[in-house]
Amino acid sequence: MTIISAAGLRKDFTVRVKAGRLRRERRTVSAVDGVDLAVERGEMLGYIGPNGAGKSTTLKMLTGVLAPTAGEVRVCGLTPVAQRTRLALRIGVVFGQRSQLWWDLPLRESFGLLRHIYRVPSADHAARLRRCRALLELDAFLDTPVRQLSLGQRMRGELTAALLHGPEVLFLDEPTIGLDVVSKQAVRGFLAELGATGDVTLVLTTHDLADIERLCRRLVVVDHGRVVHDGTIEELHGRYGSRRVLVADLDAPLPAGFAVAGATVEAVEADGHRVQLSLDGGVGAGTVVAALAGAAPLRDLSVREPAIEDVVARLYRS
Amino acid sequence: MHGPTATADWISWPRVRAFGALAAAGYRRHSTYRQAAVAGATTNVVFGFIKVYVLLAVVAAGGAAVGYDRRQIVTFVWVAQGLLTVVLMWSWTELSERIRSGDVVTDLLRPLPPVVAYLAEDLGRAGQAVLTRFLPPVVVGALVFGLYVPGRWFTVPLFALSVLLATVCSFCCRYLVNATAYWLADARGPIVLWGVGSGVLAGLYFPLRFLPDPVAVALWVATPFPGLMQTPLDVLVERDGPALQCGLVALQAVWAALLLLACDRTQRRAERRLVLQGG
Ligand SMILES: Nc1ncnc2c1ncn2[C@@H]1O[C@H](COP(=O)(O)OP(=O)(O)O)[C@@H](O)[C@H]1O
Ligand SMILES: [Mg+2]
Repeated sequence: MTIISAAGLRKDFTVRVKAGRLRRERRTVSAVDGVDLAVERGEMLGYIGPNGAGKSTTLKMLTGVLAPTAGEVRVCGLTPVAQRTRLALRIGVVFGQRSQLWWDLPLRESFGLLRHIYRVPSADHAARLRRCRALLELDAFLDTPVRQLSLGQRMRGELTAALLHGPEVLFLDEPTIGLDVVSKQAVRGFLAELGATGDVTLVLTTHDLADIERLCRRLVVVDHGRVVHDGTIEELHGRYGSRRVLVADLDAPLPAGFAVAGATVEAVEADGHRVQLSLDGGVGAGTVVAALAGAAPLRDLSVREPAIEDVVARLYRS
Repeated sequence: MHGPTATADWISWPRVRAFGALAAAGYRRHSTYRQAAVAGATTNVVFGFIKVYVLLAVVAAGGAAVGYDRRQIVTFVWVAQGLLTVVLMWSWTELSERIRSGDVVTDLLRPLPPVVAYLAEDLGRAGQAVLTRFLPPVVVGALVFGLYVPGRWFTVPLFALSVLLATVCSFCCRYLVNATAYWLADARGPIVLWGVGSGVLAGLYFPLRFLPDPVAVALWVATPFPGLMQTPLDVLVERDGPALQCGLVALQAVWAALLLLACDRTQRRAERRLVLQGG
């Protein structure tokens, strides 16, 4: 069942730009330029693109705080701008740069307030809060005023706040921006758990591909307000030849002449104890890791995603 | 398209509870600033002494007590010092700052009208100020000078109602002044203007009864300002007969209703602008 649909969605902004010493000219910027989108209930969608691509603008139109210049939008069967307050009860929204918590109050009290604002039965509220407390490890700072929280702690609070009324759709705009590595992992892990339940539809915007690997089956890439790719991450890499890099630390040197289908050995360092492989498009890291583990004992592994800017650049070249 | 945000559509039992919870949050938010409360109350007391001696000197020199006796004048000053932070005539820029930073978008993502949410928090703030900012100057005034004791049984409850209405009117004025930030790049101009004008016109610095009658009447009927400060004070010191005493509070209620309506309209216009032009 389709829960979000957009057809020909467009947003033009009129901006005044300097033209000469005194003159100012009005110019129209198409921040979103004809986006078509259909998202099924329970889907996890990564909405990615470089800075200024129109991600936040799209999200604002889907959540009802910005009126489209043209096009049709339906979310949860409602028209977002016209039915904004009704929609607000059924969606959760986190804008990475903004806070919906009460600055001077402890996190716990913000959560209590949200229960009244969203008119949530207290048993439901308690159950959801219990789950978030466990998964996001909130207990250590539940009684700390929000203004004293670190960015990572605050973001975990924001995610909880957005989920306490049991939204059908969760919109996240750059939820990992500015976070340290540990907090990023915590947020990504939490979202993966959330997605696995299938109760909530997730739309996540980011300019960091690492946010959505393993999280979102489906990827929509936008640039200059237009959708330039809609499919899986493997398809994206497959189509445009962008390559992920696998770095493995080994307990024993890699046997000379090691080869595996779907990957190319790019470098062998530290007397064969560290190896870098680039993965062919469409190849999952799992098969390569298995082959590697068969050849030498593995100590550590990491996969580096290509930067979205590179992917988009390749996309244009092709 | 703006039906759901209309403030008047927004009354039901769970919503009244939400209003209460927001007011309680406003109360607790302001309880956290203890040092500021002590410093503020001290300042109000110090200025209370200065104002009392100036006004008493003026009255003694000119003899024009304009219908107040010495005890009423003293009460007028000390209660005004106490009400100052309850009614909160100035120094509220929260909304304009949120508009400027764009955080106001998160207010629109809530299932309740922003005017209602801000009003609830402001009433909670006022409740907190009654304890920490109203009582100290009033107690000092009572101990040092002795205050006027009302003679009519209904004066004290009427005063409480009048203070509540004054707070609502003040909230609305502050909201409207802050809301200019939706249209102006910088709302500091209107905020400063309001800060200077409201104190004088509300009777904070001298009782408005010192003004010529036509001017005073025009102020009362045509502007909300006397309702912010002068009305609750006159109600408490029983400056007028019972009919006029109640009539002034009724006038405050009319102004409160008009101002709430103005806030609602302004907010809806601002939202329309915001959703069209982006934050
Ligand atoms: N309120 C606005 N007024 C004028 N231009 C805007 C406004 N909001 C966004 N833009 C412009 O629209 C484009 C897309 O912005 P945005 O949606 O924030 O991109 P992203 O979130 O992908 O980084 C940018 O060029 C930005 O400058
Ligand atoms: Mg953005």
